[in-house]
Amino acid sequence: MSGPPEARGLRSWLLTTDHKRIGLLYFWTALAFFLVGGLEALVIRLQLAQPNGRLVGAETFNQLFTMHATTMVFLALMPLSASFFNYIVPLQIGARDVVFPRLNAFSYWVFLLGGLFMNASWFVGPLFGAGTLSVAPDGGWFGYANLTSRQYSPGPNIDFWVLGLQILGISSLAAAFNFIVTILNLRAPGLKMMRLPTFTWMTLVTQFLIITAFPVITVGLVFLVFDRFFGTHFYVVQAGGTPVLWQHLFWLFGHPEVYILILPAMGIVSEVLPTFARKPLFGYTVVVYSGVLIGFMGWGVWSHHMFSVGLGPIADSVFGATTMLIAVPTGVKIFNWIATLWGGDIRGTTALHFAVGFIAMFIIGGLSGVSHASPPADLQQTDTYYVVAHIHYVLFGGTIFGLFAGMYYWWPKMTGRLLNEALGKVHFWLTFIGMNLAFFPMHFIGLLGMPRRIYTYAPDLGAGIAQLNLVSTIGALLIGVATLVFVWNMWRTRRHGQAAGNDPWGGATLEWSIPSPPPVYNFSVIPTVESRLPRWKSEHHAAMRDPPAAPPAPIHVPGGSMWPLVTALGLPVLALAPLAHALWLAFLGAAILLIGIYRWAFEPFEV
Amino acid sequence: MTHAAATHHTSMGLDSRKMAFWAFIGSECLLFGSLISTYLVYKGKSVVGPYPHEVLNIPFTSFSTFDLLMSSLMMVLALAAVQRGDMKWAKIWLFATAFLGLIFLAGQVYEFTSFVHEGLTLQTNLFACTFYVLTGTHGAHVTVGVLWLLTLWVRALQGKLGPAHALTVEISGLYWHFVDVVWIVIFTVVYLIQ
Amino acid sequence: MPSRYRLWLLPVALAFWGCAGPFPQSTLHPRSDFARAIDQLFTGIFWWALGVFVVVEMILLVAIIRFRHREGKPAPKPMHGHTVMEIAWTLAPAVILVFVAVPTVRTIFATAGEAPPDALQVEVIGHQWWWEYRYPDFGIVTANEMRVPVGKPVQVSITSADVIHSFWAPALGGKRDAIPGQMTRIAFRADSVGDYSGQCAEFCGASHANMRLRVLVQSDSGFAAWVRQEGGGAAPQAEGSLAERGRQLFARSACIACHVVEGVSQGIIGPNLTHVGGRTTIAAGLFPNDSAHLARWIADAPSLKPGSLMTRMAPPLTDADVAALVAYLQSLK
Repeated sequence: MSGPPEARGLRSWLLTTDHKRIGLLYFWTALAFFLVGGLEALVIRLQLAQPNGRLVGAETFNQLFTMHATTMVFLALMPLSASFFNYIVPLQIGARDVVFPRLNAFSYWVFLLGGLFMNASWFVGPLFGAGTLSVAPDGGWFGYANLTSRQYSPGPNIDFWVLGLQILGISSLAAAFNFIVTILNLRAPGLKMMRLPTFTWMTLVTQFLIITAFPVITVGLVFLVFDRFFGTHFYVVQAGGTPVLWQHLFWLFGHPEVYILILPAMGIVSEVLPTFARKPLFGYTVVVYSGVLIGFMGWGVWSHHMFSVGLGPIADSVFGATTMLIAVPTGVKIFNWIATLWGGDIRGTTALHFAVGFIAMFIIGGLSGVSHASPPADLQQTDTYYVVAHIHYVLFGGTIFGLFAGMYYWWPKMTGRLLNEALGKVHFWLTFIGMNLAFFPMHFIGLLGMPRRIYTYAPDLGAGIAQLNLVSTIGALLIGVATLVFVWNMWRTRRHGQAAGNDPWGGATLEWSIPSPPPVYNFSVIPTVESRLPRWKSEHHAAMRDPPAAPPAPIHVPGGSMWPLVTALGLPVLALAPLAHALWLAFLGAAILLIGIYRWAFEPFEV
Repeated sequence: MTHAAATHHTSMGLDSRKMAFWAFIGSECLLFGSLISTYLVYKGKSVVGPYPHEVLNIPFTSFSTFDLLMSSLMMVLALAAVQRGDMKWAKIWLFATAFLGLIFLAGQVYEFTSFVHEGLTLQTNLFACTFYVLTGTHGAHVTVGVLWLLTLWVRALQGKLGPAHALTVEISGLYWHFVDVVWIVIFTVVYLIQ
Repeated sequence: MPSRYRLWLLPVALAFWGCAGPFPQSTLHPRSDFARAIDQLFTGIFWWALGVFVVVEMILLVAIIRFRHREGKPAPKPMHGHTVMEIAWTLAPAVILVFVAVPTVRTIFATAGEAPPDALQVEVIGHQWWWEYRYPDFGIVTANEMRVPVGKPVQVSITSADVIHSFWAPALGGKRDAIPGQMTRIAFRADSVGDYSGQCAEFCGASHANMRLRVLVQSDSGFAAWVRQEGGGAAPQAEGSLAERGRQLFARSACIACHVVEGVSQGIIGPNLTHVGGRTTIAAGLFPNDSAHLARWIADAPSLKPGSLMTRMAPPLTDADVAALVAYLQSLK
């Protein structure tokens, strides 16, 4: 292999602008947060294993469920998807890197710092004169006004949440601009839009959702920051405001956010199924357009989170109908996936197990979703464990299964070694059984009358509810064990993993045409693409020839930059200013930001 | 500022930085859209005064608006000068744009100060909250734009800005025009339609 | 009754737990027109969903078993799509959704929260973390236990004194948020006498879990008797009794800052206690209204309900004082 040698050492990772390294950084960071969020879930489940649980108190429990959801949504699932955007998308489109490598590094550092900022709240209570170690956010991941106002949440808990989310939003937005342009503009010759791999397509739709949804929550959060720190009245009833404004802003963001979480996983499944069924994705065009359609329709359904607010029968009917309508493109996707499997030669790899598991579980989540798309039915279901069951079938059975499929599928590309398949199957079956034990009973727990977000429940809610809760807790523990198996599997591939070669699966897309892990420059020669599945022979096209092992001419590789990291450091400093009531911190943060941006703009950096 | 796009082909035939910037502007539309919607939703909901018609000074703000419109014209002239390599006029127009931006900001500072004197602070009522946060966000955008333009101007004075950087100037122009357009909407919604 | 069939269907798991009920907060045991309308709607959706679930999961299962890899199997035929099938499986869910949407819209309008004008008016005000109920027609103010007559339409108007709560008594219908500064409404007509539990369904802070409630659906005469009882002033205490000592203590203590007892105190932050002795539970439905629980509650409410605004007295009450207060409160029938 020729080309520049890969730089080593901590410094090289701090300065890296290589999309593959940033992808790995995203992966490991998000995985760590995933484990943290999982631990929070386990404590929640242990507390609820029986009535009158005494493991944690009300305050701690409220922090746990708030941070479990916030962590899983913003610090685990979104960045795990982002790790695949980073690592895989440039490879799938035949590019040497993303279009703005330094902006990419910036996104990662902001994500890391934002996550650390928010989680620091677990340990810094004494600094704020709180009687407890933890001042973690405790207003729910949806942070409904006016509970989050200074009047009803005087501590720094909500401040950590609102400022942390602002920081994380900047990370997502910066990455989204980057990937939109990367996908639209850096495609290899011949790679037309309707030849893009489905994962790349779903990534693109996701990025558009991010750049449109995040500004809305940003505004909602700005109002909250002003209300909490500067005494404004955006959500204050006495001044004529209404807390329902927050709900509109939050769910205008929040529902597209659901698709931001699920579409990448759908993209992964659309890659894994064809590879292991040895059959092209059935109805590629339809699958892509349904993804786009879901993205658009995701904007017209937000009020289905607010049926219990009482928006009136007309609004309820409209939002009920639009929500049901979204089931159509979703159903179409599922049918196309099944049709992809139909008539195939299905190799039962772990990745395929998770992809099929995704379909099987997502069907359940989708169907329970239809039942609360119906506003009157939702009036009984919303804010009960029935909805907790629904979101976990969609986000665990859906997104996490999809992400696991992606991990088993692309791990060899990212590390050069295959994960152990036997351990992988153990991981899958334990996760599958665990999640169904954990979440299926929640349907009944909810329908039988247990609300969500309660730290305790009385035995007189019904002995059956207590038993079902115990089953659910056992299921959660099983998921915990499964995750340990997965971590062990990753760990052991360091020494024992079978070498992957360029293409362990017989994949059709460009990432499989180059070594694993790919050299810094990815492609020795940028390939020319002639079909949707370039590496597979079709009626009209011969299989593409893989690029040569060594580049014919030296390839310039950018040398990294420290300014994305420096600039990113300015944000948490800025966020600390209101927390510490220190104006000088605001000036310091702004100065760091300004210096970072100026140095960034004027440093020589050739791609 | 060299760039990936400069050495890599672009599949859509549109410069990558410009494309990213258009995406950014799209995103910004949602930001201002949310702020303006909130202003409209809370219009007339304040429970104490001063109310908009008691404080808003339309002749003064019309002047500010005209000033900002003129700055957009200057920006167009600056870009044209850079593109044809006329760096002398480029410097003049860039500075003029930034200067008009500064006048707008000074006008906003004056406006805010006089409102506070008339008893309308940030905490006074819903009108104050929505007004200050909306126009303040816009003002922050203008400030960033002025800093950006002054940076370009200094680079031009140093002889480091030439026709090769026309795209950089064009993108700053896109931003400047966008901020201008947003102001037209705010001016209409907040000041003209009371 | 549709819900009974569905309960039948609850997977085997629940059948094993046949003895596990009763479920006082179940949404599947409707006891009002509102709750029945929702239950009927949900039952329809449930059957459609179950049908779709079985069919689609079966096809998926067949696909992965029938087309699993076998040695020597020829390479699969590439199939890029099929227009007719795409149209078919776009229309199929759309048609099913029509069968869900039509009854949905019908039910939305049927349960829009408007009771006939002669309905019993009840105002619900959510507080952190208890419920206040007002009966404007009778001038009654009470807490945590709502009483309504069976078979009569009830118009419930809901708001909040602090943060957002959600009023939910599942047997009597769906939940409705209690939003400060707004009035939301539900309407129902309870169809059988009983004691139905519910609780706050919108996360509202530390003790959200402890914000329970009860709705006692009573016979006409029972309800009328209650109205008479509540409509009167606070019950007198016998001269020299423990309750009487309790009343004096109450009137001198911090209790009066938050609680109303007609003729004794004016506080409005906590629940009205004028007839607290007549309630079946205390502390927003957390505990039975008996001496032991009342005593613990008076002595140290925050230990039973985290975040409770009713703090420990300083200096602490003696056991004798607590006993006197308990006797007094229990006398307030």
